[in-house]
Amino acid sequence: MADTTGAVEVAGAADGPGGRSADWPDAVFAERSRFVEGVRAYGLIAMMWLRSTMAYRASFAMMAFGNFAATAFDFVSILLMFSHVDRLGGYTLPEIALLYGVAGTAFGLADLLLGSMDRLGARVRDGTLDTLLVRPVPVLAQVAADQFALRRLGRVIQGVLVLGYALVALDIEWTPLKVAMMPMMLLSGAAVFGALFVAGAAFQFVAQDASQVQNAFTYGGNTLLQYPPSVFAKDLVRGVTFVVPLAFVNWLPALYVLGRDYPLDLPVWVAFLPPVVAVLCWLPAGLGWRSGLRAYRSTGS
Amino acid sequence: MRLYAVVAAGQFRRFATYRTATAAGVFTNTVFGFILAYTYVALWDERPQLGGYDMSQALSYVWLGQALLMTCSMMGGGFENELIERIRTGDVAVDLYRPVDLQLWWLAGDLGRAAFHLLGRGIVPMLAGSLAFDLALPSSPGVWVAFLVSVGLGVVVSFAIRYLVALSTFWLMDGAGMAQMSWLAGMFFSGMLLPLTLFPGVLGDVARALPWSSMLQVPADVFLGKYPGWELVGAYAFQAGWALALLLVGRMVQSVATRRVVVQGG
Repeated sequence: MADTTGAVEVAGAADGPGGRSADWPDAVFAERSRFVEGVRAYGLIAMMWLRSTMAYRASFAMMAFGNFAATAFDFVSILLMFSHVDRLGGYTLPEIALLYGVAGTAFGLADLLLGSMDRLGARVRDGTLDTLLVRPVPVLAQVAADQFALRRLGRVIQGVLVLGYALVALDIEWTPLKVAMMPMMLLSGAAVFGALFVAGAAFQFVAQDASQVQNAFTYGGNTLLQYPPSVFAKDLVRGVTFVVPLAFVNWLPALYVLGRDYPLDLPVWVAFLPPVVAVLCWLPAGLGWRSGLRAYRSTGS
Repeated sequence: MRLYAVVAAGQFRRFATYRTATAAGVFTNTVFGFILAYTYVALWDERPQLGGYDMSQALSYVWLGQALLMTCSMMGGGFENELIERIRTGDVAVDLYRPVDLQLWWLAGDLGRAAFHLLGRGIVPMLAGSLAFDLALPSSPGVWVAFLVSVGLGVVVSFAIRYLVALSTFWLMDGAGMAQMSWLAGMFFSGMLLPLTLFPGVLGDVARALPWSSMLQVPADVFLGKYPGWELVGAYAFQAGWALALLLVGRMVQSVATRRVVVQGG
């Protein structure tokens, strides 16, 4: 019986946004239930992977530690730099730690939830994506939850620890607005990175073995944001502000919290834009995903 | 000997097939090269001559790191995953029947892979880096040759380490944990994060004495002309010494492991 609803769902996914426009209330209802259904499916698949990884607890512990240590090395190299200098690009260690902590935590959250998306190219190549298309569950939820790896929590924990250090070491005059900006940065930042993961996966429908391009934007973006904008060339800063709006993950809001000048002489209010930017990022990412899925032709093997 | 050359050429061709993946990798190496280069500029602006490098040498170091990342498999991901899988499934028993030496077979293949990655993933990022930044490129062809020899030795050291990692599967049954520990050590001690000359005190001394420094720090210093005249022989001896020692250990572990396989009837 699940198969019949499945056929409907897959058809709906393949039709895209235009498919249901004839009947508005139904369309809205369908979109919403599809979203709820996707989240539910994500949870179920993630739980399944969780149980299977927990079967080998020692291996899980090693991998989680490795994940933690691998990301911690980034910060170790910053610490090593600061064993030679007091300031980098005009910023002190606690200030850089704040930038690092926000970027690291936001990226870690996106990586935990959507980090498996970069395997899409491999799935297209070996034809296993076809299996996901015939199941009565949104494909995005399946691809995202596929091989859900709790060990990626190591990255989040590392980011939170550095953020904690920064908040203790910094001398910030806290206002209610600045306090509210902390969770706003982390959530919006995670959403911006999440949109990058989905957009990258959509790109892999076209370029099947180019997952490294996605890594350049996600992991590369995370590395970039760990340093203050004063370090980088103006054109690069312009690029990550106006083209791929990574600057809204931490630079612009965190520089407001730190009371620092903005790069590119931007006005103060841009610090409050991250939630808007996050939504704007998801529009092209979602459209790209839909058109990629619609254009998908199986390898036929 | 001819057989191993064929194996190496075969692996070269195999990796050369993945053109999109290579182009994507070049893109990533270039992006990371730019990000790191700017952070190095900020660091060397504050402290010129840090670690014995001037600005253009430090920037060359960044791009050498990106060029050699895949060549020396500093983050893993070479032949070892295949060998781990063959050991885990027991297919390695078939390999042991073959009239070839297991270690040399995989070494030949890994050299072919490394040669491709040096050309495919090394040259373009290096070119991009030299266009955007003022790099300290060697002017004499002799230094380039000396650098390539050093890279070759670095690849053998890297192979010998990863061979040991793969062999650990005979005992652990799952190579994932060991492989991860190995690439963590590779990232940290090869000088990929920062030149090892910037590591403080004893940590720096230890890091420079460990085999991983053969994978980036030594070839980069050869490239930057830090080993004039006979000192080059010393650098080679350091790399070759680690290569031989680790290959020998690998051989011993292999013979213990294969006897174990026979005992198990695998």
